[in-house]
Amino acid sequence: MTAERNEQGLLARQSFIEMRARERAFSVLDPGSFRELLGPFEGIKSPWLPLQGIVAQADDGAVLGLGTVDGRHALVAAIESAYQGGSMGEVSGAKIAAALELARRDCERGRPVLAVLLLETGGVRLQEANLGLAAIAEVHAGIIALRQYVPVIGVIAGMVGCFGGMSLAAALCSSLIVTRQARLGMNGPEVTEQEAGISELDASDRALIWSLMGGEQRCALGMADTLVDDDAAAIAQAVRDAVAFPAKGAERSRQVERYRARLAAIDARRPPDPHALRNLWQEGIRE
Amino acid sequence: MNAQTPVPSRGGTWFQALTGGAGAVETGLASVRVADSTLEGRPACFIAVVPDLQNRFPRARSGEVGLDEAWMLALQVRRVIATDRDDERRPIIAVVDVASQAYGWREEMLGIHLACAAAVDAYATARLAGHPVIALLVGKAMSGAFLAHGYQANRILALDSPEVLVHAMSKQSAARVTRRSVAELEQLGRQIVPMAYDIHSFARLGLLHKIIAGIDADTPSSDDIERVRAELIGAIADARLGPPDLSSRLRSPEALQTRAASVEVRRRLAEQWDGA
Repeated sequence: MTAERNEQGLLARQSFIEMRARERAFSVLDPGSFRELLGPFEGIKSPWLPLQGIVAQADDGAVLGLGTVDGRHALVAAIESAYQGGSMGEVSGAKIAAALELARRDCERGRPVLAVLLLETGGVRLQEANLGLAAIAEVHAGIIALRQYVPVIGVIAGMVGCFGGMSLAAALCSSLIVTRQARLGMNGPEVTEQEAGISELDASDRALIWSLMGGEQRCALGMADTLVDDDAAAIAQAVRDAVAFPAKGAERSRQVERYRARLAAIDARRPPDPHALRNLWQEGIRE
Repeated sequence: MNAQTPVPSRGGTWFQALTGGAGAVETGLASVRVADSTLEGRPACFIAVVPDLQNRFPRARSGEVGLDEAWMLALQVRRVIATDRDDERRPIIAVVDVASQAYGWREEMLGIHLACAAAVDAYATARLAGHPVIALLVGKAMSGAFLAHGYQANRILALDSPEVLVHAMSKQSAARVTRRSVAELEQLGRQIVPMAYDIHSFARLGLLHKIIAGIDADTPSSDDIERVRAELIGAIADARLGPPDLSSRLRSPEALQTRAASVEVRRRLAEQWDGA
């Protein structure tokens, strides 16, 4: 590709990363199909943040909508990373869990509703701590129950990434779409550094962090399914593809024997570096 | 220390007390103990994560849920699901004393998020298949480790003990992330119920089936053990009567008060959803 064409491509491309949650939710559904549920005018806010002198946003940082993907009924849930780091509080967590529960109920009634989760979150909102954690457990339960009927598609675009209990939610999805800018890990690098020391992990070493948990590496290891550019049209297409061509076989969180065998091949005293791990585990994305 | 000498832990103590050493399943992993034991003479599977100083992953030697532990939980729970017939699905008791998930660069690189998700998946699948899944909190129930081992249970029981703690993050890390001092966090925990670490505060959230008081949690007497066993039997019976989901956590009087927002979100979302 010439430099000139490359530049034109960049100009034509609309960054998904730079979009707010509501725009993201619009952009993955069929045009004109988005209908927001429990929107900001409903006024369901965090009851806990004002007690701590923090202004509560009117949608608690979670945007819910119903619409269609290629004509199929779909729920979209988008987390707003610009609000409290995309953290999961009681209300934002309850919104996502409740929506998954209603989608499953509709599936049981013969009206399938698939789900697209736009995950951009540091995990539990520590100002609501145990209620955030409880809500995340309910989100997990919701994904697992719904996934029996329809695809549950996760998208991690960046720049916050997906951490904490919500990284488990990403791993439970039927299909996971990531960009190179995305990160997916259980413990945020700052938390690992705090808990285990800087000799364990230097959270300021961005190249190291992305080599361990960046979107490209996660795809190469088969821990994500599709690597896309930071381009709203490409991400929407990847979502449609994930709906049209659902992966065959068990979800990766059910592939216990496969991952136990992979782990057994690791020497814990001399673990491979991220690149060597790709070679060691290179065996395709899903059997 | 000899490789055969178990490190004392609440999880190990209660696993041993409740199973009496019967029906031990050889997992090949010292940090995950499993027993196909009985309750009231009927089959019941007990699972605990315990410390192992020889653990091959250094960040998982103090009772953390690490990579091997999480995948083993998934394997063992799925073994039970695969073994039982639909009409005789035995209870699965998660004995919970987990300090945290394992924090380390190896863990992140090798996908501890996926390992813990696999454990979550297995427990939730067991619940949906009709196994009563009961979490018994005897020590720490922290963060992602609790998500992986216990938080998908139909019913959660807890011993009334100062060492039984539930939270999303250790105090030190929570202080760093929220830019507060540990003292400020402790003060906030006294005012903001979900921020507290102690089990009495947790009970006020309405997520617990029952808190079991008057038990010597470190050195239980035979009476203590019988009482906890009776509470497990009661929780199993209650779980069998209800739906195989987590809805009981929103129905308790405490939940209706403290988790009023969670209840309200569900009520209003259902209205708007059906109003299409």
